[in-house]
Amino acid sequence: MSDKVPEGPRVGLFVTCLVDTMRPPIGFAAIALLEAAGCRVEVPRRQTCCGQPALNSGDRAGAVRVAQHTIELLASYPHVVVPSGSCAATIRLHYPTLFDAGTAWHRRATDLAERTHELLSYLVDVRQWLPAGVALNARATYHDSCSGLRELGIAAQPRRLLAAVAGLSLARLEGADTCCGFGGTFCVKYPAISDAIVSEKAQAIEATGADLLLGGDLGCLMNMAGKLHRRGAAVRAFHTAEVLAGMADGPAIGDGA
Amino acid sequence: MTQPAFAARVDRALADPDLKRAIERTTGTARSKRAAAVAAWPDFAAARELGRDIKDHVTANLDHYLLTFERNATAAGAIVHWARTAQEACDIVVGICKAAGAASVTRAKSMLGEEIGLPHALADAGIERVETDLAEHIIQLAGDPPSHIVWPALHKTREQVAALFRAHHHDPGALATVAAMVASARRELRRRFMAADVGISGANFLIADTGAVCTVTNEGNAELTTTPPRVHIVTAGIEKLVPSTAHAMSLLRLLVRSATGAEVTQYTTFHCGPRRPGDADGPTAFHIVLVDNGRSRMLAEGLAEMLRCLRCGACLNHCVVFRQIGGHAYGGTYPGPMGAVLTPVLDGLAGTQDLPHACTLNGQCQEVCPVAIPLPTLLRGWRERSWREGLEPGVVRGSLFAWRFLVLRPALYRPATALALRVMRLFARRGWIARMPLAGGWTRHRDLPSPARQTFMAQLRQRRPSA
Repeated sequence: MSDKVPEGPRVGLFVTCLVDTMRPPIGFAAIALLEAAGCRVEVPRRQTCCGQPALNSGDRAGAVRVAQHTIELLASYPHVVVPSGSCAATIRLHYPTLFDAGTAWHRRATDLAERTHELLSYLVDVRQWLPAGVALNARATYHDSCSGLRELGIAAQPRRLLAAVAGLSLARLEGADTCCGFGGTFCVKYPAISDAIVSEKAQAIEATGADLLLGGDLGCLMNMAGKLHRRGAAVRAFHTAEVLAGMADGPAIGDGA
Repeated sequence: MTQPAFAARVDRALADPDLKRAIERTTGTARSKRAAAVAAWPDFAAARELGRDIKDHVTANLDHYLLTFERNATAAGAIVHWARTAQEACDIVVGICKAAGAASVTRAKSMLGEEIGLPHALADAGIERVETDLAEHIIQLAGDPPSHIVWPALHKTREQVAALFRAHHHDPGALATVAAMVASARRELRRRFMAADVGISGANFLIADTGAVCTVTNEGNAELTTTPPRVHIVTAGIEKLVPSTAHAMSLLRLLVRSATGAEVTQYTTFHCGPRRPGDADGPTAFHIVLVDNGRSRMLAEGLAEMLRCLRCGACLNHCVVFRQIGGHAYGGTYPGPMGAVLTPVLDGLAGTQDLPHACTLNGQCQEVCPVAIPLPTLLRGWRERSWREGLEPGVVRGSLFAWRFLVLRPALYRPATALALRVMRLFARRGWIARMPLAGGWTRHRDLPSPARQTFMAQLRQRRPSA
């Protein structure tokens, strides 16, 4: 992590509140990958949360305040990168809907939306970068988190990136594009329904025979990993960025970081 | 936090393994057949846009098409009635039945009829009602409301249906196969079709430029319901209007593929006025009841896109929540994602506010909707209204207020998160938290990964003090 490629774009990393508190290695993996792809990475220090808890609870006024905080924080970066499909989609798609068209805040939200990218799609689509010299002898399976898949169209990019990892094979997950039952506050507001959904997801993951579960959203990964662990399954979960950064030899999600 | 009635219905549904099996049997087949039908249709995306545009055009010109339809239907000999509310609609239908001296009516499946409570209204008026759709016949025998808008008896296994027929049919026979059960229902219903005084149907399309009503079925029961009786009554929501037959056909292609994966329904019938001189059969009186029941309010309240809905059921079949809890848990006439949007309109938001919240916002419903209704956006709209109207519980409001207070103040947020991590780690064993106060919603069913020893931001400060 250094200034090896100073000519690349200046990237503001919005690490997300879940990665900040629950899984910091994903943040460091994101920095390593962005630097490998030639970016100058900065981490704005006043960042907290994108505001999804308010947005998804119907607290529009709360979501507006948090969006304004984040918009100001990220105003100066040519590119903003987020290691999460749902947080990136919140900024890209939902922030502009929080403000009335024609207002200064709407212009600023739209401007930020256009500069904001989810990490894996940014590496492939914007930086045209693929990992080189990364190896991992494992059989993995991939879950497409819904916001990334349907709101941002992320499906091919992570698979292309993972195909460049030597020794790693991907087993097809039946229903990979079906929701895992996380849904943010949904999973604690309606725990029994969420459990029924994630139980089926865990069975499908186990049926692949994979050693590793990979994905691009920590919330969904925690939900699935937590269910797999409760069921006594041996499958270990990582964010795709951790695999690409060569960090999948360390502890998996929940394995005592 | 959940409304007790909703929580109880959900618990009952989740505890029923037969229900789960029944739902998966039908919706699983529907999903794979729809996927095959869409894959075999290269122009699907363009057809979907056309379908959306047709519906939006009608919605934007509703007054024009309503009056055109009324004029043309009247010219064809139909009697058109207008009902603002469910009560008015039922009163009109019951009034027609009474004026016709009807003792017995047959009814073809109509979700609008369920919406306005027509079965109850007929019962209250002492008029015998015979449901002629096979699935509606099953749930009439069982005394159940429908649990799916296309397959109302989705919640019944074939074993349960055989038991019902054995108990209620006059000549059930062996009932060893599905074909034998269908034959038993046919024997039971045949004699009722011919004896009915009035036939009541819904409408899939109201065709403005001809004044015709189009119904589609796969059993032919709608034709037997509407042809032999003296009087035919159509009840239809005003959103069923289309400008012409060609528009109806464009929408029918989308509807059928999205509902069952078939290319076309077995029976597609256009009813245009009563029996004319020289006709071999048909009703002597033909009534059409146009029902608003909240639809014009939807136009005014930002729910116009919901008026595109063709009632195909694809959003139900693909919804992870519906697939677990089934239709009855929703507690309204319409279940699944489209029901979660419509039920607060029909029954009021207070008491139904769980429906727009019991959704993961995964977007698959919008993806499969044949007229691209932005269902997650509409559900978010109900969540905002529920928040504004103070229907969300105090504990949710309080915790979101505290969360927002911290999130907007990074200087407080950092020590607060550091403290939270330290507390959470007290409950962790070998990297996992199996139980923790205030985390029961999560840990009742799954383990929670232990948080990091230090936040990313704290670790970064140590690694890059200057950045």
